[in-house]
Amino acid sequence: MTYQMTVSPDFAPELIAGWYIFNTWLQKQLGEGIHLELYNDFKSQREAIRSDQVDIIYANPFDASMLIREKGFTALARPAGKQDEAVIAVKAQYPADCVEDLPPGIRLAFTDDPDVHLMGMIMLEAADLNADNTEKRVVDSYVIVAKQLIRDEADVGFFLKEAFDNLSNFTREQLKVLVESQISIIHHSLLVGPRLAAQREQIREFLLKMSADPKGVGVLESLGFQSWENVDQEDAEFMIDLMDTLG
Amino acid sequence: MKDMNLDDIVGNPREYELTFYDGSVRKVFVTKIETPYPDGKLIVSRTDKAGIITHVNRAFVEMSGFSKEELINQPHYILRHPDMPKAAYKDLWDTVEAGNKWHGYVKNLRKDGGYYLVYATVIPNIRNGEVVGYTSVRRKPSPRKMAEALALYAQMLQEEQS
Repeated sequence: MTYQMTVSPDFAPELIAGWYIFNTWLQKQLGEGIHLELYNDFKSQREAIRSDQVDIIYANPFDASMLIREKGFTALARPAGKQDEAVIAVKAQYPADCVEDLPPGIRLAFTDDPDVHLMGMIMLEAADLNADNTEKRVVDSYVIVAKQLIRDEADVGFFLKEAFDNLSNFTREQLKVLVESQISIIHHSLLVGPRLAAQREQIREFLLKMSADPKGVGVLESLGFQSWENVDQEDAEFMIDLMDTLG
Repeated sequence: MKDMNLDDIVGNPREYELTFYDGSVRKVFVTKIETPYPDGKLIVSRTDKAGIITHVNRAFVEMSGFSKEELINQPHYILRHPDMPKAAYKDLWDTVEAGNKWHGYVKNLRKDGGYYLVYATVIPNIRNGEVVGYTSVRRKPSPRKMAEALALYAQMLQEEQS
């Protein structure tokens, strides 16, 4: 049987090769065929999840809740020291230095990344801004969010912090950060579905030992982090509870 | 629960006596000094079913003015401010004990007698179909809605005291 692996569509484009390398590594460890399917957006990935096509997923915290509660997935590990944080930015010349300076009616640009959208909207509450008194523009990538701000097509952009930091210096210099989240407890994680239940603990062990193996270290490097950290059932439940409080 | 210690207070306090739902009484000292809610942070805590604190994050420690050790194993009402009506907490407990999510605007008391304002969400932690505790997440409130809530609380408090 060939299993399917997928990655949350908010991963950095420069890591595509890394996920293919990881998939090859995992197939060798497990001795099973795994096909890596990368979806362009959250909507098409969710459709694949709903129709039970996915067996292994590097999921964003928003989807992890649904996968665990509704689809019987189990979280195994998360990248050590890597958290999901959001950045709210405007064009460098925009007449605001903090979110409280933002007036009602502003145009927001963001991607379809659900946790960044959630964190961004939470941070705007402090300025009495919400979905009713702002305009929204959903775009395909964080680079386009930045372009919309620079071209005055939007006033305020939401970014995954990692994506913001990965913008070119030239782009970042044309932007101004109003606020960055410091939540520290929301993160992506690797989950496996019910068809891989029998191999679950074996996969967990492979992941946790990866940083002690020279080949594994190389694979981790291509994914942009140093090691996997164990996620037990209670860690996963805690994060789902947290996401529930924010939703 | 121990009374607040005057030595910890910063500024000129007023003294109040609070009686909690479990019958315990605490003397608190309250000043008018607000600690502004920091941008981008969430205050997170967890309690057991009885409301005893089992987990706090760093933002909770920073904003409350207590150390982590002073908070763990204490009732969550260590943060209760005398400007908050009892009815608000009754609503909170009735909601979460029924297995539902509660949210509302809260004025919390700091160790130094000052206060901070939050928008709080509390949810029951359900494991294997049973409530095992509660998670509370606080974030920076909308100033307009916070002002509305404080005005309502002042009115409710007056009714409770009359």
